[in-house]
Amino acid sequence: MILDAFLIRAALAGVGVAVAAAPMGCFVVWRRMAYFGDATAHAAILGVALALALSWSVFFGALVVALLMAVAVSGLGNRGLAMDTLLGVLAHSALAFGLVAASFLTGARLDLMAYLFGDILAVGWGDVAVIWGGALAVLALIGWRWSPLLLSTLNGDLAQAAGIDPRREQLVLTLSLALVVAVAIKVVGVLLIGALLVIPAATARPFARTPEGMAILATAIGAFAALAGLAAAFRFDTPTGPTIVCVAAGCFALATVVNALGRAVGGGSET
Amino acid sequence: MSLISLRGVDVRIGGRTVLQGIDMDVARGEIVTIVGPNGSGKSTLLRVLVGALKPHAGRVRRAGGLRIGYVPQSLHIDATLPITVARFLGLPNRVGRDALAAALAQAGLPDLGTRQMADLSGGQFQRVLLARAILDKPDLLLLDEATQGLDQRGSASFYQQIEEVRRDIGCGILMVSHELHVVMSASDRVICLNGHICCEGHPEVVASAPEYRALFGTGTKGALALYRHEHDHGHDCSHAHDHGGTL
Repeated sequence: MILDAFLIRAALAGVGVAVAAAPMGCFVVWRRMAYFGDATAHAAILGVALALALSWSVFFGALVVALLMAVAVSGLGNRGLAMDTLLGVLAHSALAFGLVAASFLTGARLDLMAYLFGDILAVGWGDVAVIWGGALAVLALIGWRWSPLLLSTLNGDLAQAAGIDPRREQLVLTLSLALVVAVAIKVVGVLLIGALLVIPAATARPFARTPEGMAILATAIGAFAALAGLAAAFRFDTPTGPTIVCVAAGCFALATVVNALGRAVGGGSET
Repeated sequence: MSLISLRGVDVRIGGRTVLQGIDMDVARGEIVTIVGPNGSGKSTLLRVLVGALKPHAGRVRRAGGLRIGYVPQSLHIDATLPITVARFLGLPNRVGRDALAAALAQAGLPDLGTRQMADLSGGQFQRVLLARAILDKPDLLLLDEATQGLDQRGSASFYQQIEEVRRDIGCGILMVSHELHVVMSASDRVICLNGHICCEGHPEVVASAPEYRALFGTGTKGALALYRHEHDHGHDCSHAHDHGGTL
């Protein structure tokens, strides 16, 4: 059945993106990089336009431009410019330039909405393979550098004293972030990638006692949001990417209420 | 033989020379304290020793296989990051339960392994940082104003703990401190820093040096008086609340 096949592909794509985005999202939250994630994601639309103009694959174009953006931002940030201002300038400029660049391409070649908000129902088996390849690469990268990344996140000088170069770890995160963005474009689009990074991690926070616990829980929440969002979008005929984010936001609201109630009742030893 | 030695080290940050012509050595088993006014480059010097900053000129030589334990000036753990004391101590390398409890005990703490870092009191937090720094049996322990935020009693007992750590591990200790009166009694050697090394030597020698007096002004008297007082009478409590005038 054709119906089943495209739903299965969509489900696999959604879960793949959630699996890559959630652990990365934990670092985004811990390091207060939410804006950084947005800037990188917004820049990817420029990569999409570039890829279509040059007949590259969209994944590759998005990856390259997202990576350039991320490296540029971390480089400039290290020079002591005010980070939020810098990101505000870069994120929105990149988006604007991307949209202008896209307008030069003929409409037949570029359905802009699909890249701004994703089009998970249109993913093919090739896309699923790229998404899972990227997701597994992100997991491998973050898993491999997990402890050094955590220590660098806590304090760069502590990491240095333990023989870890925090700048190298920053680069690992930058590369992972670009990969997540490139992988997620087809599923949720550049405007909503930030939500998939931050919301599952923020939802998991009150229930976790260790960083590992938070990452695993965030992954589960992200995967649930992807599947439930897909089901809801199919049922109510709503746009899939935004519906996935709505489900994630609902989980966050629920978690916040449950946590507040738990504290009120039990006095709450968790913070 | 020195654990770490600096020769002619210059450090510039953003075009400004923060440290100039620094020569210094730390040997195994000695406690060296760096004092100096705000902005004198104390923390910068420590970051050079840790390896977080590359000097612009000069040489940093570390003994082969040197293990450094570092207690930073302040460590802010973001509220979004859940982490237990055990997990924190096990970064980057996981440690066994026994080694963990031993390090905590050495830092003067009960076994707090399962507690969240965010739930610790200021004193407990600093001691956990100390436990983390000594976990790996370092050759050199670097402390950057490790008693910041502790009250007089807390910091006095913290320094006592550091003496014990030196006895147990036999490491060299280099610390930065604002608490002149404690420093003067606890150190083997004091380095007075203000962009360059103004003077250095035995605490009492430094305290009477004109360079030191020029930097710390009237505070010198209090610190020195207290230092002498302690040594003349054998008291080891320090109730006087004199942080050295302008500091």
